[in-house]
Amino acid sequence: MQFMLLIYSAEGTGPQPGSDEFGAFMKGYVDFTETVKKDGKMVAGDALQPIATATTVSVRGGKSEIMDGPFAETKEQLGGYYLLDCEDLDEAVKYAAMIPSAEHGRIEVRPVMVWDN
Amino acid sequence: MLPPLTLQRTIDRTVREEWGRILACLVRAVGDLQLAEDCLQDAVVSAMDHWQKTGLPKSPAAWLITAARRKAIDRLRRDRNFASRQDEISYLIEQDNQALDDGEAELIPDERLEMIFTCCHPALAEKTRIALTLRTLGGLTTEEIAHAFLDRPDAMAQRLVRAKKKISLAGIPYKIPDSTVLPERISSVLSVIYLIFNEGYSASSGDVLTRTDLIEEAIRLARIVNRLIPDDTEISGLLALMLLHDARRFARTGKLGELVPLETQNRRRWDRAKIAEGVRILETVLPRRRLGPYQLQAAISAVHAQSPSWQETDWPQIEALYNLLYASQPSPVVRMNQAVAVSYARSPEAALAMLDEAAAGGVLDAYQPYFAARADVLVRAGRTQDARKSFNTAIKLSDNSQEKAFLHDKIAHL
Repeated sequence: MQFMLLIYSAEGTGPQPGSDEFGAFMKGYVDFTETVKKDGKMVAGDALQPIATATTVSVRGGKSEIMDGPFAETKEQLGGYYLLDCEDLDEAVKYAAMIPSAEHGRIEVRPVMVWDN
Repeated sequence: MLPPLTLQRTIDRTVREEWGRILACLVRAVGDLQLAEDCLQDAVVSAMDHWQKTGLPKSPAAWLITAARRKAIDRLRRDRNFASRQDEISYLIEQDNQALDDGEAELIPDERLEMIFTCCHPALAEKTRIALTLRTLGGLTTEEIAHAFLDRPDAMAQRLVRAKKKISLAGIPYKIPDSTVLPERISSVLSVIYLIFNEGYSASSGDVLTRTDLIEEAIRLARIVNRLIPDDTEISGLLALMLLHDARRFARTGKLGELVPLETQNRRRWDRAKIAEGVRILETVLPRRRLGPYQLQAAISAVHAQSPSWQETDWPQIEALYNLLYASQPSPVVRMNQAVAVSYARSPEAALAMLDEAAAGGVLDAYQPYFAARADVLVRAGRTQDARKSFNTAIKLSDNSQEKAFLHDKIAHL
């Protein structure tokens, strides 16, 4: 079954670009991506631009409203995701724990809904 | 033909005893806990009806599993996603063709271990793990579980339904975990069993001091897991610990239901058979030198259980065991218990210093046993005023009326 691994962290926490740790951190992502590909689990995965680039859209009474930024005022923001094909939750959790951001942020593991016809 | 009442009792007993094993087997076949449970429930209803007419089958368990499988086939055929359930249906029919003859119930594969790992999965909330384990492995009804945890039956039912949905949708596996995570997952199972035991043993709220059903259920579950994973010394340790604690059941409450502390318990009322079994288990596992917190706590309990009187307690031995326990589990609560041992093995003053240290982090600020223990040590150090203050704090923190009465009594005797 497919699992979405949503990567949340507070911007400004964790290794920052330009720091010594940042290189190792990014290498961690490269290695992780390679591992899930090699294991045949990778469906998709992306990093997102920072929250300052976000736009929120809603439609009320047929009228589109466009707003700058996200509604949620939580400190931790969605920064990226992996979509993996795993045997079960145990396997998904095992991979989630290998994502470098898990060490300062958190990974939400969600099964992808399967539509029966 | 059996009279209806006897029959009902026999069915109830069979269902209780066999529920976990049959259910585990059905889950494997139909791949879904809720569906398996519904089918087994249906089978139980027809059993009542059928056995009334024909008498009890030679193996009620074999009868129930065959009936439940047929119910499952029916239900799956009626499923609107019939096509997607074809695999399960074929499997069930195949199993049904090799249906167990009467008396072959022991051939039912035991998959209770898979089921208990599912129910105690860390992706479920702790209270849910407990309730689910009692329901699926223990065969307790939702009402019984709600009653045991002083919850409303509908709230408990909701919790169980949601849990089963999560297991199925979130992909919580039905298997014995991989060796990399097995130790932590076993410890999750053990902690669920011990929580069930403690809920029965100390009744954190309400007026009933012991809820026997939960105690017995916890011991039964530990026996099952111990049989299925005989190599794990901590499982044996937990079983021994619970037996040794439970051996004191009839001595720890007085005639009026009041709490009687270890010091003044009538040791003749301790259950010698349970003590003997607990000690025997420890004598088997301790020499394997794979110690853990459950074995150490059981060993401490065994020292008490084997002491002819409070005065003759081997406190240096208990202190030594607490030192090992603190080394493996350095928590303020263990520190506190270690201090109590020190107060007897050495001096109340030495213990007070340790108690202060244990409380320094603030973790014990709302922990009733800490203030009761501290008060006790203060009494023995001759600091009556401070002891009174500490007893009063303990009373404020307790929500068990027997416990409160016990503490008030302590103050009265200062």
